[in-house]
Amino acid sequence: MKRLPTTWRDLARHPLFWPGVTLVLLCLVNVYFNRSFFAIEIKSGHLYGSVIDILNRAAPLMLVAMGMTLVIATRGIDISVGATVAISGAVVASLIGGSLIIQNGVQTYVSNVPMPLAIIAALAVALLCGLWNGLLVAGAGMQPIIATLILMVAGRGIAQLITEGQIVTVYYEPFFIIGNGFLLGIPVSLYIVALVLAIMLLLIHRTALGLFIESVGINPVAARFSGISARALVFWVYAFCALTAGIAALIITSNVKSADGNNAGLLLELDAILAVTLGGTSLAGGRFSIMGSLLGSLIIQTLTYAIYSLGVPPEINMVVKALVVFGVCLIQSEALRAMLGKHLFRTGEAA
Amino acid sequence: MRFSHHINSRTLPLIVTSLLFVILFGFGSIAYPSFFSAQVFINLLIDNAFLCVVAIGMTFVILSGGIDLSVGSIVALTTMVTASLVEHQHWSIYSVIPLVLLMGAAFGMLMGVLIYVFKLQAFIVTLGGMFLARGLCYVISIDSIAITDAAYTEISQYRIMLGDEVFISINAVIALITLAVAIYLAQYTRFGRTVYAIGGNERSAQLMGLPVGQTTILVYTLSGFCSALGGVLVTFYMLSGYGLHALGMELDAIAAAVIGGTLLTGGVGYVAGSLVGVLILGVIQSLISFDGTLSSWWTRIAVGVLLCLFCLMQRLFERGGTSFSALFAYWKKPLEPAGRAD
Repeated sequence: MKRLPTTWRDLARHPLFWPGVTLVLLCLVNVYFNRSFFAIEIKSGHLYGSVIDILNRAAPLMLVAMGMTLVIATRGIDISVGATVAISGAVVASLIGGSLIIQNGVQTYVSNVPMPLAIIAALAVALLCGLWNGLLVAGAGMQPIIATLILMVAGRGIAQLITEGQIVTVYYEPFFIIGNGFLLGIPVSLYIVALVLAIMLLLIHRTALGLFIESVGINPVAARFSGISARALVFWVYAFCALTAGIAALIITSNVKSADGNNAGLLLELDAILAVTLGGTSLAGGRFSIMGSLLGSLIIQTLTYAIYSLGVPPEINMVVKALVVFGVCLIQSEALRAMLGKHLFRTGEAA
Repeated sequence: MRFSHHINSRTLPLIVTSLLFVILFGFGSIAYPSFFSAQVFINLLIDNAFLCVVAIGMTFVILSGGIDLSVGSIVALTTMVTASLVEHQHWSIYSVIPLVLLMGAAFGMLMGVLIYVFKLQAFIVTLGGMFLARGLCYVISIDSIAITDAAYTEISQYRIMLGDEVFISINAVIALITLAVAIYLAQYTRFGRTVYAIGGNERSAQLMGLPVGQTTILVYTLSGFCSALGGVLVTFYMLSGYGLHALGMELDAIAAAVIGGTLLTGGVGYVAGSLVGVLILGVIQSLISFDGTLSSWWTRIAVGVLLCLFCLMQRLFERGGTSFSALFAYWKKPLEPAGRAD
């Protein structure tokens, strides 16, 4: 067999190669059904088109997936992010609330609490959720899935408590900018994603933090012996993950202009875990890729978009996602690779 | 004297749970005049019969050191398939029930194969199964399908009288029979002992020559079967099939098993404990509904708090410590690999 040129082989080995190929293929599927898929117009000063729509809708998932990547890299899992989104969304919606009043003949929007204060409160509550998870996992040494299960069970109850069982609607116009606004023609939510991404890349590549997280994921005991404070690191990773969920909650709440304790962020944890695995980060911990998780989130959102454009009921999306989960797991499975490797090797010899 | 021999870290969680149940039921009896009656107690079983059956399957999975997140969705899929076959295809109840039970078992077996043969994490495989089963519900129909079949309505209404005032439903009887079979399986068969051995240490079990692969796959098959049986009980209880039935039941089932004293790391626990766990979840619900002023979402919070307390208690037993401070003294020690604690 002829060897491929080195640059091509290097490209195929790049961790982002397969997620990238998947995304391109999905886009091609979309183009097949909708010729104007890549068309971007400028309507009333905003960029407008399917691609922008997918990016905008994927923003909350991208944020949560970024936080989840770090948790998974330390061999953990956080299944409470959906509940955290519900709590955080409930806090910001009930604090802002808002109403339209006429003051001296001018219509003005008034919020119950100043908006920056409400946003800080919502993020603080999300952080608190993360600190709680971190305390259970790193402090009490519980299995991550069980520790975060507790908040997942209780979280939606807490969110209902905050909203008093109602769907809280927000009437305060400036708040809608976060999820629906545009800046220089690009959705505001994408700036938020870019900001969080920049901070994370800076911390991971410019400091030793990324290396520490990887080493804790690969071998916690060895990491501890090399002087890394594994417990503190794991603790703060959970806190950070919940914080990204809090930011996602702001975008989601602002986008739908209301907070629903039952349905906000429902199954978001599963999508986030799926995005992370699609991006090539192994659930066994260790090596991780933030950019991969972003690609994974975009794959999920593009898939959803494709299913919508096929005209199939969106609920059937779950079947497709399930098949994707099984497929990705099997590709990552060492046992399957060993089996296939043996088989391919034999046929190779015969030929 | 002899009794004290039986109190150890294996039985203590179960004793604490049983005491907690007595306290909660006692509290209800004092606080609400009509609470203390045999019927209120039996209603706990009647209203939670399906959860009890599902939790029994879950207990076997957790005892083997795994987890099954797909149970709630399999319950929903079972109700959907049943309703669709009975109402739209006019199948008889005698052919539908064996079919859905077989389907649930096959679903569980497939996941077991993926977990054991391909060495995938139980958590992620059953997560995929959860998506798949829920999605398949919607492939059948997005709306709820009411069951009007005579045989189903008759079973649903049937009451077995115990004495003059007290009655029990067929669902509760099926749950009790399942429990008896499960206790026999866990305590008196080779299969049960192998499950405990795998949960204790899979590698040792393998080295001892136990059929680890076969048993692991069987455990998930059993859980799938129990979920399907739970689904059948839901069709009797609710007389409908719906893709949103049993939403989050996997969490309730895990909570019931944990509160019932099954260690999440596997290898320690009793199937009977899960019945007590289910009864505690039921009594919390009854207390909240008897109170009338508390909203139903307090149930979720109460379950979360209980789950947390029992998990922390488990950590204490695992460390062999006795005081709460031992729990956080652990901070200084190196982090162990996730999964097994010892």
